[in-house]
Amino acid sequence: MTEKKLANSQLGSLEYDPAPESASIARLKPSYGLFIGGSFSDPSKHEQFVTLNPANEEVLATVAQASAGDVDAAVAAARHAYETAWSKTTGAERSKYLFRIARLIQERARELAVVETLDNGKPIRESRDVDVPLAAAHFFYYAGWADKLDHAGFGADPRPIGVAGQIIPWNFPLLMAAWKLAPALAAGNTCVLKPAETTPLSALILAEILQQADLPPGVVNIVTGNGTTGAALVDHPGVDKIAFTGSTNVGRLIQQRVASSQKRLTLELGGKGANIVFEDAPIDEMIEGIIDGIFFNQGHVCCAGSRLLVQESIADEVLRRLVRRVEQLRVGDPMDKNTDVGAINSAAQLARIQELTAFGEREGATRYTSSCVLPEKGYWFAPTIFADVSQSHRIAREEIFGPVLSVLTFRTPEEAVAKANNTNYGLACGVWSEKGSRTLWVAQRLRAGVIWANTYNRFDPTSPFGGVRESGFGREGGRHGLEAYLNV
Amino acid sequence: MSDSRLDVRKTYKLLINGAFPRSESGRSYEVTTATGEFLANVAQGSRKDLRDAVAAARAAQAKWWGSTAYNRGQVIYRLAEMAESRRAELAEHVAFAEGLSAKKAQKSVSRAIDRMVWYAGWTDKIAQVFGGANPVAGPFFNFSLPTPSGVVAVIASQDSSLEGFVDEVLAPISAGNTVVVISSERRPTPSILLGEMTATSDFPAGVLNIVSGITAELAPTLASHEDVDGIDLAGVVGDEANELSITAAASIKRVFRPNENDTATTTRRLRAFIEISTVWHTIGQ
Repeated sequence: MTEKKLANSQLGSLEYDPAPESASIARLKPSYGLFIGGSFSDPSKHEQFVTLNPANEEVLATVAQASAGDVDAAVAAARHAYETAWSKTTGAERSKYLFRIARLIQERARELAVVETLDNGKPIRESRDVDVPLAAAHFFYYAGWADKLDHAGFGADPRPIGVAGQIIPWNFPLLMAAWKLAPALAAGNTCVLKPAETTPLSALILAEILQQADLPPGVVNIVTGNGTTGAALVDHPGVDKIAFTGSTNVGRLIQQRVASSQKRLTLELGGKGANIVFEDAPIDEMIEGIIDGIFFNQGHVCCAGSRLLVQESIADEVLRRLVRRVEQLRVGDPMDKNTDVGAINSAAQLARIQELTAFGEREGATRYTSSCVLPEKGYWFAPTIFADVSQSHRIAREEIFGPVLSVLTFRTPEEAVAKANNTNYGLACGVWSEKGSRTLWVAQRLRAGVIWANTYNRFDPTSPFGGVRESGFGREGGRHGLEAYLNV
Repeated sequence: MSDSRLDVRKTYKLLINGAFPRSESGRSYEVTTATGEFLANVAQGSRKDLRDAVAAARAAQAKWWGSTAYNRGQVIYRLAEMAESRRAELAEHVAFAEGLSAKKAQKSVSRAIDRMVWYAGWTDKIAQVFGGANPVAGPFFNFSLPTPSGVVAVIASQDSSLEGFVDEVLAPISAGNTVVVISSERRPTPSILLGEMTATSDFPAGVLNIVSGITAELAPTLASHEDVDGIDLAGVVGDEANELSITAAASIKRVFRPNENDTATTTRRLRAFIEISTVWHTIGQ
């Protein structure tokens, strides 16, 4: 017994050696142009901006700022490709292009993972094991749909919509590009994609991959830039469909701006996911699930389980174990293969997290923050748990989009459901219980697009993802994800 | 020198459990081109070879179905990649076998490879297209999942040496079945080449087993085999097909017989060896 204790204490004091991935694998160029009509070009107004590594604030590359004129050129290229090439291809041909893209992503997986981690700040383990493999899988899955649209349940010979304008966020840059492009191309649309301002690089590597795949010029165009680029795309009369993933506030603006046009719209917006824990839940798996549900990707996840609803009878134990587990999270260099929590993506996002967590303390919640040492340079926020949170607190109502968990309690399943649904959002929820019938009872009553049972933050190309209420509308992934890009 | 070089000829063997044995019977039979020239002495499989093949298919089935649909799709897509890189060889043998012009043979190979791509994309869509949730009138979550029948026997088309073969074996395989196929009696070499390609496509041993030989001798063994769950009678017609169908009934096999009206996009063959498994789960506090 004593020996075992000794061994444990020795193990507890073991330090990890650094296990850094090499940044040179990214092979980044000093600057990148716009990808329009199948080739890279300089922006018409010669405006550029830099993209930083959020882990050390060093400049990674210079990127083109697309003007309204550039967006116009991209839309024209997409329209031309739609009319002259892509709408004339067979489903079998589109299928084979998409399979090629999937394979090329697999082949360049390590490079893409490094680029993603450098540009985004997420741990290399996540880029390598989650973002990039899922992006390839998404193309693989929709490749298989391109020649089977008749079987998708939307009637015989469903037609594409036309030119799709797609605006994606910075939290999963490559994966969100895959979520947007793969179903759109499978269905026969052409695309103008606008990556997020702070994370444009992996989409530009993807542009190189599209060239390697010999995708016809103009079928996919990628315009980098800030919000004005996105606005130009949303407003462009040559765009038939807008797909947006991002904040609810911007989504609301976009819906207003396209409201008086014929444009189709799908929105994947914010969330304030409730992770509901019943007293009979398997506790070890549940603790890991809660941790993963909120600290995965620094909490920069629209479906993050940011509200923990724990049954009162086990609340003390769950909180104690969560606080202990948070201490063990390895926060730091995203390029280190042992890192659990990386850098916050931008200074602006860090300021937002700091503002909301300050409110949490002011409003009376009890704060537990990891004592981890944060790097001096870069944007960092230590994993944080707030206990004694009430439903009216801002940290229980607003999306923080950071590594911050708010813990609330409940007594009965009805109360859990009522509290979980007490939000304007409705993206995802988790339910932890060994009792399947109750899990399904709760799931039936939750107003959320995705409900995970005894797991959290699972993604698969075959599984539809998307929200209800102010978390948006439309689904990405699965058979249902085709509907967003079919004229049905 | 190259003109006068004597070519090295290949021995055409069976594919059983990932290995390429000769027939345990030691027999072979002469296969000619469509114009009657000697092509090869192909292994002439026996009933014992078929029983070994069924045992291999049975052993492989749980693992094949147990792998993810995504993985199964990638394996089949890999076969398409392999076939593409060896398309000249395939086309040569399709031309030998079917007496086609080089151009027509190449087109046939193209269609066969595209068919592989089509099935690669089916593995992870079968559940979504043919399964679903059922709104039963009660507090239950009820859902139906398509599952494979198990081991499927295929009597391959006698005429369509590659295109037909690809469709007949990949439909059940993409649905999670494992297959024992009797290849076209007079035109077996394209299917044997394809079998060789599975060895470099991450196909687990036993998922596809190919036995060449005399159809009339071999087919009854599969039709009557108690451990075969379904049979595709693509390569037999008329009374012979009727006889085999009757034999297959003894163990309630699923029997698929091609229909003249089948089109390239029909899912009839895909659905032929799928079972619907329905789960009822209570809902309540």
